[in-house]
Amino acid sequence: MIYLQLFLSFLKIGLFGFGGGLAIFSLIQHEIEVHGWMTQEEFVDILAISQVTPGPIGINCATYVGYTATGSVWGSLLATVAIVIPSLIIMLSLCKVYFVISTRFQHNIYFTRTMQMLRLSVLGMIAAAALLLIQPVNQPSVSFIDWKSWVIFGVVCLFTILPMFLKNTAGVSKKSAEVFKKFINLLSHPILLIVLAGVAGYVIYS
Amino acid sequence: MLYLQLFWTYLKIGTFTIGGGYVMLSMIEHEVVERKGWIDREEFLNMIALAQAAPGLIAVNSAIFIGWRIGGWRGVIATVLGAVLPSFLIILGIALVFQDYKDLPAVEAVFKGIRPAVVALIAAPLCKMAHSAKITWVTAIIPIAGALLIWLGGLSPVWIIFVTVVATLLYTYLKERKSSKH
Repeated sequence: MIYLQLFLSFLKIGLFGFGGGLAIFSLIQHEIEVHGWMTQEEFVDILAISQVTPGPIGINCATYVGYTATGSVWGSLLATVAIVIPSLIIMLSLCKVYFVISTRFQHNIYFTRTMQMLRLSVLGMIAAAALLLIQPVNQPSVSFIDWKSWVIFGVVCLFTILPMFLKNTAGVSKKSAEVFKKFINLLSHPILLIVLAGVAGYVIYS
Repeated sequence: MLYLQLFWTYLKIGTFTIGGGYVMLSMIEHEVVERKGWIDREEFLNMIALAQAAPGLIAVNSAIFIGWRIGGWRGVIATVLGAVLPSFLIILGIALVFQDYKDLPAVEAVFKGIRPAVVALIAAPLCKMAHSAKITWVTAIIPIAGALLIWLGGLSPVWIIFVTVVATLLYTYLKERKSSKH
């Protein structure tokens, strides 16, 4: 029974997953909550591991959730296959149309408008995923256990956003500005930030 | 061996890109356009548009496109397996091992530090994404309403996507019909 649920859920996630890995988190989060496959803690840990391991984040998540929910390799396989099936069907149909008529569908108004609006909706989905992790409804948060969690959150946010602002500001002395920019860009790498947060966690909490 | 090449190329892409679909795109461009010359840049841009338009993972969608374009059905099998297999095996390995270690106090402490960082990595890119989606004070209503409905209302994100697509298509259709009448 859990296998059927898992299969149908990931089929749904594959079918409605627009806008890349982060937006897909939101869909996976909802399915996990509805079916109670795992604790919040386990889910956040899966997100962390999915972001620092190679490959598409959605596949990483599907494989891990499939395993954790069923405790078996078959759960992993089922979830991974299920998330790919809608892609296969829809993308192949689109490819067939595209290669036959080779239209410049990017200029089609229905296409461009829908993509534009989807981008906005996806923003809301990602925000909801973050909010649910910060403060779940009717539950204590597992990600934010004390003020130190907020410090870590703030620092990581800062380093992720910083490169965006550096692009706009022209440095006073060019050479040192270049070096500074490179340093910030290096620091803003998600894997490095997760590793540093892990080190901070070890120092603070053990 | 064409299929082996397709498989190998996507295996490389799947193994050496960390951070999901968008990061993969530059690697895919390097391998497929520059090194192999399977498609040109114009077609690559078409591929990205298609891969984003179709639901599902962008990396997998692009693998399907290249596989189909270069090797038909068998090509698709080769590229999709190549893109998915490294992830699947690596995560499975981690899942098997992590089960035994996750309750160690040291591991728990490490993850206590990592969890807020993960939330930050989800929340922080929103600034950049909002900027590139050309958000205004008026259009900000859509993501804010969506976020609140999912967060506090417990609504499935599936509905958000569904309503967005149907409403936009309907609105565009009505507007087009109106303008063609005049």
